[in-house]
Amino acid sequence: MSYAERAFDDVLSTVEFHVGERAHITVDTSVCASCTSQVCVHACPADLFVPMADGGILFNYEHCFECGTCYLLCDQPGAITWTYPDGGQGVVFTKG
Amino acid sequence: MSEFDVVVVGAGPAGSAAALEVARSGRSVALVERGPFPGSKNVYGGVVYGRVLDDLVPNWWEHMPVERWVTRRSTMVMTEERALTVDFRTQDWGRPPHNGATVHRADLDPWLAGLAVEAGAVLVPATVATGLLRGPDGAVAGVRTDRPDGDLRAGVVIACDGVNSFLAKEAGLFDASRQAEHTMLGVKETIALPRDVIDQRFALRGDEGADIEMLGCTGDVPGGGFLYTQRESVSLGVVLALPGLAAARTRPEALLADLKRHPAIAPLIAGGEVVEYSAHLIPEGGYRHLPRLADDGLLLAGDAAGLCLAAGIWLEGVNFALGSGAQAGRSAVAALDEGDTSKRGLAGYRKALERSFVLADHRKLRDIPGLVMSERVQRQYPGLLCDLAQSVFQVDNPRPKPGLRGLLRRSAKDNGVRLRHLVRDAVTGMRGFG
Repeated sequence: MSYAERAFDDVLSTVEFHVGERAHITVDTSVCASCTSQVCVHACPADLFVPMADGGILFNYEHCFECGTCYLLCDQPGAITWTYPDGGQGVVFTKG
Repeated sequence: MSEFDVVVVGAGPAGSAAALEVARSGRSVALVERGPFPGSKNVYGGVVYGRVLDDLVPNWWEHMPVERWVTRRSTMVMTEERALTVDFRTQDWGRPPHNGATVHRADLDPWLAGLAVEAGAVLVPATVATGLLRGPDGAVAGVRTDRPDGDLRAGVVIACDGVNSFLAKEAGLFDASRQAEHTMLGVKETIALPRDVIDQRFALRGDEGADIEMLGCTGDVPGGGFLYTQRESVSLGVVLALPGLAAARTRPEALLADLKRHPAIAPLIAGGEVVEYSAHLIPEGGYRHLPRLADDGLLLAGDAAGLCLAAGIWLEGVNFALGSGAQAGRSAVAALDEGDTSKRGLAGYRKALERSFVLADHRKLRDIPGLVMSERVQRQYPGLLCDLAQSVFQVDNPRPKPGLRGLLRRSAKDNGVRLRHLVRDAVTGMRGFG
């Protein structure tokens, strides 16, 4: 892991989350495997979309900012199922 | 199941202003918020223009949880290693009724929601409105929530559920397939610094604050930057057009990291500790891309209605949220009083917004978002202006000083700008801003 990546991990660790049990966003990696652009990988401000060796995408909902960038930019129907976390759960900004 | 005259979804500034106006009319109103407390999901640059509160909260400036009053406002045009800044200061803005204030949303939004609750609104936090309820006639008749038996019936639903507004999408009030084209991503770091260090670096005293807007600091992605001072922190961020971000294949935090290293910015934040990183979307389409604002039993306000102004030197959102939310509350009450909450009965909302600053400002500045996001303003003018400033102020003795007209022509040429384009953009700008 490069210095810059580690530094960004430190920055991400400043954010508070009430992680819910339900994954509020799910990614159908079989759809992603045929996607050539995979814009989510670059655009997600929380860096939650990780390309895998098989061409698919590994996604973890737990540290999501709930911004909406991924589903707005994704051009693969059915790849991203996006909802808000259940009430009271998810990101909690205190300096927003 | 519970029943209210009005259900407001989202306890941001729009929702709380709407609930406040409904509650003050004596009607029942629920204010549904998906976060554990109002403001917990919300991020903005950092400045609120409070005069819209004059009608809602007498002497609001004595009560609002303000960090600093903006008395110094700068616009900075940048290239990789240069910056040309127009810096304005006035002590007037340090005195009531003030102008801009820096406030954290985790303080502002609970204060506003508290005003609505004091007036009689019922705040329902930690609750997601998951969909619209329909009456037998097909009109919106309330919302479903994620609570057990959580349906909330209402005569009018006011959707203040933010830039992603799933309620507006469900109602088909805007073209969701083209939303990315008119949306920006903002990412921001809140960086802690001692109060006296902020005072010295930004030349401030007491509760004075500084506000810097930036252009030319987002590399290949159309956008801009901002820096605001709080009491003991500064907020530094970039806003990025989504299509440009996707095309550039650049990570947002990489652009923010570049800005932090810029010679004009790095000394301002040196030694500071990042205490929060945050991100949020911003509706950026302006007047030309507003959704329909009303349907049978439904009104939109705030970001859900696309009412955000990102017009270069003017960056405003909370004031439009407050203005539209309050009007939505009044229009809902008027429709209930008339006994007609259909689209026709709620049509007064749009008309009232057209008469107020909310849509008057958006209409007036309708061509400015396109201008500010244009290739020339984003990629060419910052270089042109910095070249021009550098050649005007650089002393090249023994060569004599060149003429200003020649310098302008050369700066334009070197940056690929034709003078007729410069004139055309100036006219668009004058027409829009004038």
